[in-house]
Amino acid sequence: MLARTASNLFWLARYMERADYLARLLQVAGHMSAVRVDADGNSEWESAIAAAGCHEEFFARHEAATAESVIDYLAFDRGNPSSICNCIETSRRNARAVRTALTSDMWEAVNTSWMELRDFESSEMNEDRLTEFLDWVKARTSLVHGVYANTMLRRDGFHFTRIGQFLERADNTARLLDVKYHVRLPTVQDVGGVIDYYQWLAVLRVVGARRAYRVLFKGHVEPAQVAELLILRPEFPRSLVFCFEQICLNLDAIEAHDPRLSSDCKRIAHSQYAALRFGQIEPIIEQGLHEFLSELVDRCGLLGAEIARGHLF
Amino acid sequence: MSERAAIFDEMGWPDHIRPPYALVDAWLKSLPAEQLALKRREAEVLFRRIGITFAVYTEGGDPERLIPFDLIPRVMAQAEWQSLRKGLEQRVRALNAFIHDVYHDREILKADRIPERLVLNNPQFRPEMVDLDLPHNVYTHIAGIDMVRTGPDEYYVLEDNCRTPSGVSYMVENREVMMRLFPELFRRAGVAPVAHYGDELLETLRSVAPPNCQGEPTVVLLTPGIHNSAYYEHAFLADEMGIDLVEGADLLVKNEICYMRSTSGLTRVDVIYRRIDDDYIDPLVFRPESMLGAPGLHFATRAGNLTLANAIGAGIADDKAVYIHVPEMVRFYLGEEPLLQNVPTHDCSKPEDLAYTLAHIDQLVVKAVHGSGGYGMLVGPHASKAEIETFVAQLRARPHDYVAQPTLALSTVPTFVESGIAPRHVDLRPFVLSGEQIRIVPGGLTRVALRDGSLVVNSSQGGGTKDTWVLER
Repeated sequence: MLARTASNLFWLARYMERADYLARLLQVAGHMSAVRVDADGNSEWESAIAAAGCHEEFFARHEAATAESVIDYLAFDRGNPSSICNCIETSRRNARAVRTALTSDMWEAVNTSWMELRDFESSEMNEDRLTEFLDWVKARTSLVHGVYANTMLRRDGFHFTRIGQFLERADNTARLLDVKYHVRLPTVQDVGGVIDYYQWLAVLRVVGARRAYRVLFKGHVEPAQVAELLILRPEFPRSLVFCFEQICLNLDAIEAHDPRLSSDCKRIAHSQYAALRFGQIEPIIEQGLHEFLSELVDRCGLLGAEIARGHLF
Repeated sequence: MSERAAIFDEMGWPDHIRPPYALVDAWLKSLPAEQLALKRREAEVLFRRIGITFAVYTEGGDPERLIPFDLIPRVMAQAEWQSLRKGLEQRVRALNAFIHDVYHDREILKADRIPERLVLNNPQFRPEMVDLDLPHNVYTHIAGIDMVRTGPDEYYVLEDNCRTPSGVSYMVENREVMMRLFPELFRRAGVAPVAHYGDELLETLRSVAPPNCQGEPTVVLLTPGIHNSAYYEHAFLADEMGIDLVEGADLLVKNEICYMRSTSGLTRVDVIYRRIDDDYIDPLVFRPESMLGAPGLHFATRAGNLTLANAIGAGIADDKAVYIHVPEMVRFYLGEEPLLQNVPTHDCSKPEDLAYTLAHIDQLVVKAVHGSGGYGMLVGPHASKAEIETFVAQLRARPHDYVAQPTLALSTVPTFVESGIAPRHVDLRPFVLSGEQIRIVPGGLTRVALRDGSLVVNSSQGGGTKDTWVLER
């Protein structure tokens, strides 16, 4: 298939996945700041910025991470290339550039999302409307992902779309967990406290895994088990191992590429998948979860670049 | 007699309904007003959702606009269509023969049937095409012939579009939307289908594969990209044909062979349906700064490794000054009398024609020879004094650049407007496909001037479209 088309599909899916993640992040931050008992109600918002991976860009433009500034920056700010609005806009632009590679259902799902987005943007935003907006983002991204899974031919176009979605998801999951470990807790004493407990619960909420956690582990929320769920459990569709399995399956399914060019991205994907598949949570935590996760985030970046190079994007 | 009374309404609305419109008339009378209003809104939602939009430059607001779609179809009886179809086929054969001739032996110029300067000094004449043989001698593979009607049996060709005529996606999508909104109506009407246009187009393009193509030809559609006003149509047609929609940067010419950059390396391309003007298609031959085409496409064509559709240089046949001579082409190349008439046209480069034009300017339509899209045009009866004065100054300064035609009493078809239903002027653009044979999908694109009394149907000037029906019986 046309290299430009592959690239557009890859990014279309990435941006949709990112919009979904940001909507979840904002919903949970809002929820958490409402249940917080301490005086400083803003740390939830600051960690949302960190988990979105745009700490530097945000503080270049805002003095403090407040509810207003963070919601505006992550959801609506047209000056932030990764705001939800811009993610949907960019997805739609990518879709429009490769309309012929999309099924008509897929195009309609993306295009209708974009049209409805404009209605949201032109209306007054208040708390109720924000809730409606974030629910809408989650519903629309689910729809887009569902429609492509149900209508696209299982050929290269599908595989590149899939890889984009799961590479983005892996990156998001790793950042979310990393932030929890290293930014959120104000003091050492807080570890294991009430706040800590709610914060781990919040991580599960972001990835929609409260129930999954109960089913797999039963009982109280334990940090190590949350990490295990998000990193190593192949049953959980947002875990890193699940994401890398999808990436590997789809990379392998792409037809007839030049083996010299594409071997690097396959090597990176497969070795990471193997490490996750056979990994255990205790040694990972012992050797430093933060190191493990930040290395993984770097890997995701490298893998994205190698996929592009290997398939001539 | 008032101006209105002289105008032919194709439906005979409201009191003298012509037979092809009997069903439409009954349907309109049976539909409650509120249901029609509902359907009109539904149609708009459908167009938006499918993304059938076009971009308008130089205006603020929404860059992706809808062309207004009118629900009342334009209907032709089978016999009416058959006589048109024969005429179209004949005309396009002659146009292709003419283009082939001017790039080869120039018989028609030698015979002095068309003035040499009109061809050889024309910016649309491409010396790069001289003595190059093309598959089936076809240059304008996709031609859009703009027709107007002034009476039951009076049709005129307004202009020939031999380069990259657009609008066919509206022909197909208008039908699609009408059928979604009023399925019941179609079950009774017996309307010739148009949905196979994409198949016909692909067959046409495959039939003109270059001499060095081995096996199944790979056909692609070349678009300037998402910012082009007709981008939707490019994507639509590529989709209908199931071929790749490429941009210039996706193409590469190596050793006079054209390839596209795919995820598995370079894939050979045999036929390009290009929706980019000659000037931008190959920076090695035409505008060197162009980023829209790809360097070397013309050389790949010359080497027999590639077919461009439409061919470079096809525009020589659709110049408004050359237009005057198309009936002569039919006689010269085919030895037949033309079935379709031209609008009587005054060539302002001739002193007597210029004098006539200046004396009757308030009754004439004056057009710039190289203009398109309704720009550079004066509609005398509707122009203000000041507009006429400005135009006359331009005309006197460069009479060679203008032609003048009588203001035709264009036919009307009833159309939904603010005040209800009212007659509005229409034209028709059928699309003629030429490959190893000529193919025409019945009907074409009907454009309608939505402003009362307006004769300008261009979408950039407030025109709309209608579904065009050719009845099968």
